[in-house]
Amino acid sequence: MNAAVTFRDLRKSFATEAGSTVALSGVNGAMAAGRVTGLVGPDGAGKTTLIRMLAGLLTPDSGSIELDRTARVAYMPQKFGLYEDLTVEENLTLYADLNGLDRTARETRFNELHKFTNLGPFTDRLAGKLSGGMKQKLGLACTLVVAPNILLLDEPSVGVDPLSRRELWQMVRALQETGITVLWSTAYLDEAERCDDVILLHDGAVLDQGSPAKLTERVDGAAWRALLPESNVRKRDLQRAAGRLPGVVDAQIRGRYLNVVMGQTGAAPDLSPIPALKGVTAERIAPRFEDTYLAALRGEGRATALARTHPDTPPTPKTNGVGQPVIETRDLTRRFGDFTAVDKVSFTVSGGEIFGLLGPNGAGKSTTFKMLCGLLPASGGEALVAGFDLGHARADARGRIGYMAQKFAYLGHLSVMQNMTFAGGVYGLSGKLLAERIEEALTTYNLHSYTDTPCSELPLGIKQRLALACAVLHRPAILFLDEPTSGVDPITRREFWGRINAMADEGVTVLVTSHFLDEAEYCDRMVIIYRGRLIAAGSPDEIKSAGGSKDGASLEEAFITLVENYDRDHPP
Amino acid sequence: MTLPDTITGWDWRASAQRIWFLMRREFLAIWKDKRSRTVLILPPIIQLFVFSYAATFDVKNATLGILNEDNGPAGRELVARFSASGAFDPVARLTSVREIAPLIENEKALAVLHIGPTFSRDLLGARNTGRTAEIQFIVDGRHSNTALIANGYAGNIVEEFTASYAASQPGAVPRMMPRLVTHAWFNPNFESRWFIITGLVATLTMIVASVTTSLSVARERELGTFEQLLVTPLRPLEILVGKILPPAILALGEGILLALIGITIFGIPMRGDPLLIIAGLAVFMLSVTSLGVMISSLASTQQQAMISAFCFMMPAIILSGFATPIENMPEWLQVATYANPLRYMLVISRGVFLQDMPASLVLANIWPMAVIGVITASAAAWLFRNRLQ
Amino acid sequence: MTKKSGNKMIDKQRLTGFIRKEWLQIVRDPSSIVVAFVLPLILLFVFGYGVSLDSRNQPVAVVLETNAPEGRDFLASLRATRYLVPRLAVHRGEATTWLVSGDVKAIVLIGAEFGERLNGSVLPSQPGQAPVGAPIQVLINATDANTGRLLAGYVQGAWGTWLTHRSYTTATGLPTLVNVESRIWFNQELDSHKSIVPGLVAVVMTLIGALLTALVVAREWERGTMEALLTTPLTRAELLIGKLVPYFGLGMGGMTISVVVALILFGLPFRGSILLMVLSAAVFMLVVLGLGLAVSTITRNQFAASIIGITATMMPAVLLSGLIFDIRSMPKFIQLFTYVFPARYFVDILKSLFLVGNVWPVILPNLAALAFMATVFMTITVVKTRRTLD
Repeated sequence: MNAAVTFRDLRKSFATEAGSTVALSGVNGAMAAGRVTGLVGPDGAGKTTLIRMLAGLLTPDSGSIELDRTARVAYMPQKFGLYEDLTVEENLTLYADLNGLDRTARETRFNELHKFTNLGPFTDRLAGKLSGGMKQKLGLACTLVVAPNILLLDEPSVGVDPLSRRELWQMVRALQETGITVLWSTAYLDEAERCDDVILLHDGAVLDQGSPAKLTERVDGAAWRALLPESNVRKRDLQRAAGRLPGVVDAQIRGRYLNVVMGQTGAAPDLSPIPALKGVTAERIAPRFEDTYLAALRGEGRATALARTHPDTPPTPKTNGVGQPVIETRDLTRRFGDFTAVDKVSFTVSGGEIFGLLGPNGAGKSTTFKMLCGLLPASGGEALVAGFDLGHARADARGRIGYMAQKFAYLGHLSVMQNMTFAGGVYGLSGKLLAERIEEALTTYNLHSYTDTPCSELPLGIKQRLALACAVLHRPAILFLDEPTSGVDPITRREFWGRINAMADEGVTVLVTSHFLDEAEYCDRMVIIYRGRLIAAGSPDEIKSAGGSKDGASLEEAFITLVENYDRDHPP
Repeated sequence: MTLPDTITGWDWRASAQRIWFLMRREFLAIWKDKRSRTVLILPPIIQLFVFSYAATFDVKNATLGILNEDNGPAGRELVARFSASGAFDPVARLTSVREIAPLIENEKALAVLHIGPTFSRDLLGARNTGRTAEIQFIVDGRHSNTALIANGYAGNIVEEFTASYAASQPGAVPRMMPRLVTHAWFNPNFESRWFIITGLVATLTMIVASVTTSLSVARERELGTFEQLLVTPLRPLEILVGKILPPAILALGEGILLALIGITIFGIPMRGDPLLIIAGLAVFMLSVTSLGVMISSLASTQQQAMISAFCFMMPAIILSGFATPIENMPEWLQVATYANPLRYMLVISRGVFLQDMPASLVLANIWPMAVIGVITASAAAWLFRNRLQ
Repeated sequence: MTKKSGNKMIDKQRLTGFIRKEWLQIVRDPSSIVVAFVLPLILLFVFGYGVSLDSRNQPVAVVLETNAPEGRDFLASLRATRYLVPRLAVHRGEATTWLVSGDVKAIVLIGAEFGERLNGSVLPSQPGQAPVGAPIQVLINATDANTGRLLAGYVQGAWGTWLTHRSYTTATGLPTLVNVESRIWFNQELDSHKSIVPGLVAVVMTLIGALLTALVVAREWERGTMEALLTTPLTRAELLIGKLVPYFGLGMGGMTISVVVALILFGLPFRGSILLMVLSAAVFMLVVLGLGLAVSTITRNQFAASIIGITATMMPAVLLSGLIFDIRSMPKFIQLFTYVFPARYFVDILKSLFLVGNVWPVILPNLAALAFMATVFMTITVVKTRRTLD
């Protein structure tokens, strides 16, 4: 294997108000020629810094990058520089001009690109009016106006629905066949499995690298699954119980199965301590890439926080209000001009339920979510939370809900303590009670060492913990979570869901949106919204069977089937 | 879960607490942000110093060209008086009329004093012949106010010259000279600086208050923190109060600081009750911050908010009487100034500082600002919820 | 990126492609067109009508404490001036109230002995001495020092006219010995519009030019398009020229509108050459656009760019440009300070071109100063434009 790009001991720090933060601390690696290398890691791991260095846009503080001087490197930034007020054609023309592609060669190349990206019919559409997936395809086309030898893609699949994601992968594979070396950076671990090689980045350092198969090989024999027997014990209770079993590092529900990752390879998990799983034996399965990641992090001792997420004693489920309808929408509709963003969506969420609102970006789930929170008036129908329309409800009605926005919504230059004081104060907590609650939250969410840190300087995972701590400081009965785990690493994600589960056990109703379909496994029930309509509803198992998936298949596959079926039955 | 069905009514304690916490957050937000802290403190003080020196209508040492074709003593005497006046600085002695035009056109001199060859003779004979001695005074009119003032100075010098000349003539009958006695009230030396600084106290605080508030909501909208506020139990009215008060209080402090600098460093007299200024400034700041919050709620991006704030401030400064009097504007434009809070604040500031304005008159200028504040604040509160996306 | 050897500083295809894109963006987003064409008109109106130093129709209280016919006669002559609007007050107290409340700007107090003193029945105690006590007192609200001083001049003028008039009709007054023939060149009627409006065009275009470009580079950084541009062979010179050309076009358009409106609306003469006007406008436009670009390039942030833009242009435009306050009257160190503001040079050029003509000794140094400033700002922009993201 000859390397198209080799980099050694790359280091980079950025100055901040408080001093400096280290983005990369001695990164070594290589991109094999003609292969797709995945640069995998959560937000803030240093992926973008590394790619920008490879593209020549950042100079490393120290270290070296070796690449063939004659190679043409093309780079597609995360927020690709599409001019949203220019049409598809105009964007392409601009990049063709800037790259010096002459007019005769241009026509052939544009035709190729149009065919390649399927953007042919949309040449006169403004780039701003394209869907997330189409924007990425156009961005890729602009990057490819002159065929490169090396293609660097920074998180090309962010904000892209599963269908378009699949298409992007097909495009990249097609490019690879023409001999192009590709670097694909991503926070999604399932994407890493599709790469030829993977560089696993965490906190500015390389955790591991090699082919996905090789990497997962190391945890071969650590992954197991058990078919869950029919019982009235809730799956997430089983998951929690399994997670606390000796030797178990991770337990996840996958449909009707309980997937378990062991700390040591070879030994099957002993599920007998869990009464509902008496007599159930686990079978060995091929490990997933995510398991490697967990194992790698664990090896570095980074997973200690996880232990704290699961309370030692199982909580006594509160029955107050459980089972009664808490959130209801009836024919909820929202129009923007002549565009119907949400079209007659109806569903009911019961007390104590974790309810998922899923769908690709731009499908209408955020609009639905905003109407439920009272942030956006409905054009038709009703959205009731605990019997109130929150847009017009009295202050105390809004006091019963907790809300965690998709973007970190606390003032960056205020400290953790100052933001928490505000978050509690506006919900009516004060004096001793407020101080107690904050103290409790600092302990529960392990934030004590950050009390005086300005929020903008917190690592992403800590920000996310703080946002949740603030949202539940006043002990809300209903919790609204908008894309709570986008961009965070799997450990933080597990930690997060551990807390959400615990809250649901105490009778809190949780409504969560996500475009990350694997996460839907954590939900009791969910709806899928696509093109403004509700196209499926039910438990994860029900959704999967509606999508015609077999046992153990991912929700994503079911989702793609459902969407394709919908598109077939309702051509746009 | 259940919610109480009974209408609990307005709980003022809870409401006050929410406002209190929001205000604390807003204070911190302004104070802990390095950028807004810099914008808040330094520029107004620098501007106060620079502008108070720059903004003057006084004409001192105006460049003067002298063409004295007269050989007599009267001509020399008049030239000496111009040179000694302090108003004029003789920069050129001309020898012919042809030199006048290029001197003025090229801005080498603001004015030219032209004394004809027969001046002394004419003056001597004036008493007998009834003819008057003529002199010419030519001024560059490119800056009309300077020209007007320089012209006035020249008139005064000539008048003094005439009076002393008449009195000094042998055999001059001591006649009563009917004179006008002028007293300048409130500002005995016609100090432009007193006028400008009392105006700057109001104008600069207005800029500070509008810049900080007009960005507040627009910025939170862009950051996504505004939605977080809207889902809390905070009512629009409470958000409004929490958004308006902190910048108003900070700008009020700023205004008091500027006023103190004016009093201590520039020697501006404080003839009225300082409490009246503070009361006026407080209401003024509330009306400006309400307006700023309204602009901010209307805008969807910081850029729009900034341009809108600019579009408000520029006319507000011009149409306030800050630099030039409102009375000089056309009638229709004078009517428009009634919607400008700065107009009223300038009357209060100048009135209380220099004129010991009575409370009743201050009040007459406070209530229109209060009305403007209430209208814009209501609009802002309405916009919070009804202007989303 | 692939720094191909022999990458030209300016490549025609890249440059035209980039300019085309800028132009399309301007056309699609009407806000910059509004800023370029509508905002100057609004500012021109506000400044043009709002800034006036012509104090006409000033309200003045008159207290007549005498019944002498001379008192009424003088009141009539006050009425005759177009600058003063006399209002008769019953007594001093009333007049004082008006003065404090701002209803009148001055009080003219015609005392009880006005007639007697005037006719010489009350003589000064010693020959040659000024009379004890004056027949007329003028009390001026000098809070606004300038207006106060002008008012004093107006009353003085009215008094002088009345005295002269009297000397002809009664033969008891003083003959005038010296007559000053005042010539106010270029602006005989001392219309302050004539001196303000040319400068106004300069000030308005400073604000517009800076506002137009202050945000354009910052916007590329914030929207992430700059990162993509950096990966292309686009050079710094091309970036700068590509940004300048379209906004230069817009700015010159706005300038033309302002000049035409100024000429028509405010009835201004134009005495210089149009070619020279266009040339200096072009150089000035480069300065303000360069200023905006430099700010935008350095801050890379729309918020900071606009804050700096506003504080650096708004108040100085009003106070330091020479528009309202004559720079020549300012203390020396402030005068030095004004050299930093490009508007002052253009104000000088415009005043000459509008009111005087092609006065080369005024225009050339100012033009040279502008050209120098343009070069400085362009250089800053180019130097600060990095090809990397560090």
